[in-house]
Amino acid sequence: MNPELQGRTFPPTEPYLVGREKVREFARAVFATNPINLDPEAARAAGYADVVAPPTFAVVVQEQTLAQLLADPESGIDFSRVVHGDQRFTSTRPIVAGDLLTATLTVASVKSLGGHSMVTAESAITDAVGAHVVTAVSTLVVRGDE
Amino acid sequence: MPAPDFASLTVGDVVAERSFPLGRDSLVRYAGASGDFNPIHYRDDIAAEVGLPGVLAHGMLTMGLAVQPVVDWAGDPGRVADYQVRFTRPVIVDPQSGATVSVTAKVGQLDEAASVARVDLTVTVGGDTVLGKAQVRVSLG
Repeated sequence: MNPELQGRTFPPTEPYLVGREKVREFARAVFATNPINLDPEAARAAGYADVVAPPTFAVVVQEQTLAQLLADPESGIDFSRVVHGDQRFTSTRPIVAGDLLTATLTVASVKSLGGHSMVTAESAITDAVGAHVVTAVSTLVVRGDE
Repeated sequence: MPAPDFASLTVGDVVAERSFPLGRDSLVRYAGASGDFNPIHYRDDIAAEVGLPGVLAHGMLTMGLAVQPVVDWAGDPGRVADYQVRFTRPVIVDPQSGATVSVTAKVGQLDEAASVARVDLTVTVGGDTVLGKAQVRVSLG
């Protein structure tokens, strides 16, 4: 893969509108049982405008940025050799149904390690007024030729 | 829902435990909900073709469910300020018997000034750890 990718920032993704039913569908898929994830009344009682997304929901928005990275011919990443190494979400506030989110990916680092490459991608997710919501960081391991 | 009382916490306290039985239907449901339709998560033939021992759970499904006992303990998903994991071992989901993911959540560190508890997760399948450095920072201020 291309080491010159380090430091590169991709264009912001198209805005993603967080739907209430999408949040509930995702919450059920990750076995969430907290009513604030599922019930708009419970969410409002806790001070939120609508249901709150589970902590890992940001991956849905981050995914669009990783698709940009993997599709870029300059990245030289062979998707079939990619393994997810680690993942982190650092939030300023939780994602709530009704949010309009935009993600911007920066390649934080590219490293080579014994024939494999490791790329750390940071996707900063902001809301409709440009305020930070959450940063999703993925380290992808690209296996070398065997 | 009220937050746990920060002052009453001690490093080493087990704050939550839960087991999650996964079947192939769980993987299909997560594929639809997340948009990750990589066929290694639902097709045995393709998993075998790429040299895997079987169909695997999405790493992000394991990460997503492992934090749920902490969310319930914290009382509000909005109190999770930071969550990280390392994917150390794949979770193979048998077509008939599935797989059971067990989670134990323990207080790892207490930041008194910020009222933030770091909760460390032990996540295992059949006794083997599947996530490393699984840490949740919960804001209890």
